[in-house]
Amino acid sequence: MGNSIWQNMQQKGYSRRDFLQFCATAATVAGFGKSGVAQVVSAFEKKEKPAVVWMHFQECTCCSESFIRASHPIVADALLDVLSLNYTETLMAPSGFQAEKSLSDTLKNNKGKYIVLVEGAVPTKDDGVYCMIGGKTAESILQTVAADAAAIVAWGSCASNGCVQAAKPNPTGATPIYKLVDKPVINVPGCPPIADVMMAVVTHLLVVGQVPALDSQGRPKEFYGRRVHDTCYRRANYDAGLFVESWDDDGARKGYCLYKMGCKGPVTYNACSVVKWNEGTSYPIQSGHNCIGCSEAGFWDNGPFYQHLASFPGFGVESTADTVGTVVGVATLAGVAAHVVATNVRKRKVIAEVHAEDQKES
Amino acid sequence: MSTPGIGVKDVFTANGSAPVEYRRIYVWELPVRAYHWINAIALVALCVTGYLIGAPIRLFNAPEAYEQYWFGWVRFIHFAAAYVYVFNFLARLYWGFVGNKYARWSAFFPLKKSQRQEIVDVIKADVLETKMHGPISTGHNALAGLIYFGTFLAFVFQTITGFALYSSMSSSWLPRMFTWIVPLMGGEFAVRFWHHLFLWFFVTFIIVHIYLAFYHDYIEGRGTVSSIIGGWKFDRENRGK
Ligand code: HEM
Ligand code: HEM
Ligand code: SF4
Ligand code: SF4
Repeated sequence: MGNSIWQNMQQKGYSRRDFLQFCATAATVAGFGKSGVAQVVSAFEKKEKPAVVWMHFQECTCCSESFIRASHPIVADALLDVLSLNYTETLMAPSGFQAEKSLSDTLKNNKGKYIVLVEGAVPTKDDGVYCMIGGKTAESILQTVAADAAAIVAWGSCASNGCVQAAKPNPTGATPIYKLVDKPVINVPGCPPIADVMMAVVTHLLVVGQVPALDSQGRPKEFYGRRVHDTCYRRANYDAGLFVESWDDDGARKGYCLYKMGCKGPVTYNACSVVKWNEGTSYPIQSGHNCIGCSEAGFWDNGPFYQHLASFPGFGVESTADTVGTVVGVATLAGVAAHVVATNVRKRKVIAEVHAEDQKES
Repeated sequence: MSTPGIGVKDVFTANGSAPVEYRRIYVWELPVRAYHWINAIALVALCVTGYLIGAPIRLFNAPEAYEQYWFGWVRFIHFAAAYVYVFNFLARLYWGFVGNKYARWSAFFPLKKSQRQEIVDVIKADVLETKMHGPISTGHNALAGLIYFGTFLAFVFQTITGFALYSSMSSSWLPRMFTWIVPLMGGEFAVRFWHHLFLWFFVTFIIVHIYLAFYHDYIEGRGTVSSIIGGWKFDRENRGK
């Protein structure tokens, strides 16, 4: 350790040109623009590369999978190399005691300077037995690594909001990271998050050495400040009221809006429609599928992906608030109709009574 | 009595015999009536457009998006009606402090025993169609007042969730003040769900309300329906104080 990123890249055989390219991409991705390239170059040349530990708890590794597909191959490659990734269960060479030692050494030697990236939620039920590594619970490991961390990043929906593990009835008590540590956490939700967004967050931490601007839910504003719907290229069809009605209709072929197919774009904050996926190739809606809201808390419980509204509990799978509302509305109308009939049946008697009373009074 | 009661002697000759004396009472002042009808129109517009936003029908099908904008207009009407409805509602809240005794907040809460008795009476009259004993309030009856108060709470809820949803699509100051509602309710999906669910409260209220206005017009026999248009109700002499 002690090397800068540039030194490290040289050792790996990258040219100066590759390095500058990498810096330019990193600057763009992190949102510094052209003017920031010099800043990035100097940071990567001089700054000692920070130690990074990447923790895996209750997760499926889709975040890691996404990360290694960042758009610029050099960036992905280099970042994995350049980060002193001192501990990550899925990618590291050591195993067993060696792995544990590598973790504890990193924490000891880089007190207050290392970065913690967390993938996965942490189970809290039954003393946390549902996720144990090396005989320790995920929660106790998290507390240990978080104690002296310079920054904590929660990768993906699992770490940011619990994702599928926390879906009802949440049998393991899966809990997002920010609820367990008393430090600010950078939430990067998504299932998985977009590779370039992950890259940008890491780059930001490395280059500026600071946490990027976050919104009230701890998400980087730059990428989670807008709804998928706001920049969706099908938006014109939405405003025009041109909707896909079924997956194989003419509208689907013409690329109409997927709103009626249950698109969650209007309620989902993510950068998919801008940054896109796989080197900017496409994103779900562009490929013809509705957004399922994967970066929103509780999206698994907001039930069927192909329905605009969630199912209404207790009324069968397909029924929504509208089904219930219609039943209530019709029942009310029926009640009113019955009342009209009853009133009219009794009409003569009531009118006669009132007249009799009037006469008595006067 | 502070309300102007004009001592007109209307002659009621029901059976062609004995006259009964009625007094006119100015119950709903102009601001209350204006509020009522602006609110009714805005709410119907909100319910219809809101339903369409949730479940758009296949209205027109131009081949290309640039040729039409109907869904955009539906949403525009929803937002425009929302502003009318909210400021109209705020005006009514204010009038509850300065209006006549029938419009005041005290008419909305059953604080007195007689009011609670009236609630039981009205429920019996409405549901079991029994005869009401004793005089019924001249303004809102005690049950109606309480239900209107519940409705006002629903108005507040729908306003809050509506503006919270609107805050993600508008940069003006009023919706901006509601941004914090979204995380509080667990995300925009949840806000939308509740906002949508409450649509059905309003639909149910409107059905029952309009019917009961007509029904009470009939059983009370003193111009309930016309009162919300012209402001006057009728009371027998020495009654309804
Ligand atoms: C369509 C939606 C409607 C809504 C949302 C609505 C709502 C309301 C509300 C909130 C009040 C309380 C007024 C206040 O104290 O400020 C009220 C009173 C009243 N409304 Fe409506 N209204 C609607 C339609 C109608 C219609 C169509 C009629 C008549 C045919 C009607 C007749 C009345 C009457 C007579 C009162 C006074 C009730 C009383 O004596 O207690 N309303 N309405
Ligand atoms: C009080 C009566 C109201 C009713 C019955 C009503 C009803 C509805 C319904 C059913 C939806 C569709 C929700 C969905 O399934 O996606 C909706 C959407 C919406 N409403 Fe309301 N609403 C009311 C008042 C308001 C108010 C006061 C506002 C404030 C601005 C508002 C703002 C919105 C917004 C922003 C949307 C989302 C529109 C979109 O998707 O672009 N609503 N409303
Ligand atoms: S496809 Fe989805 S995100 Fe795109 S405009 Fe339609 S509703 Fe919005
Ligand atoms: S389009 Fe929606 S569901 Fe798909 S990845 Fe983006 S946020 Fe997740």
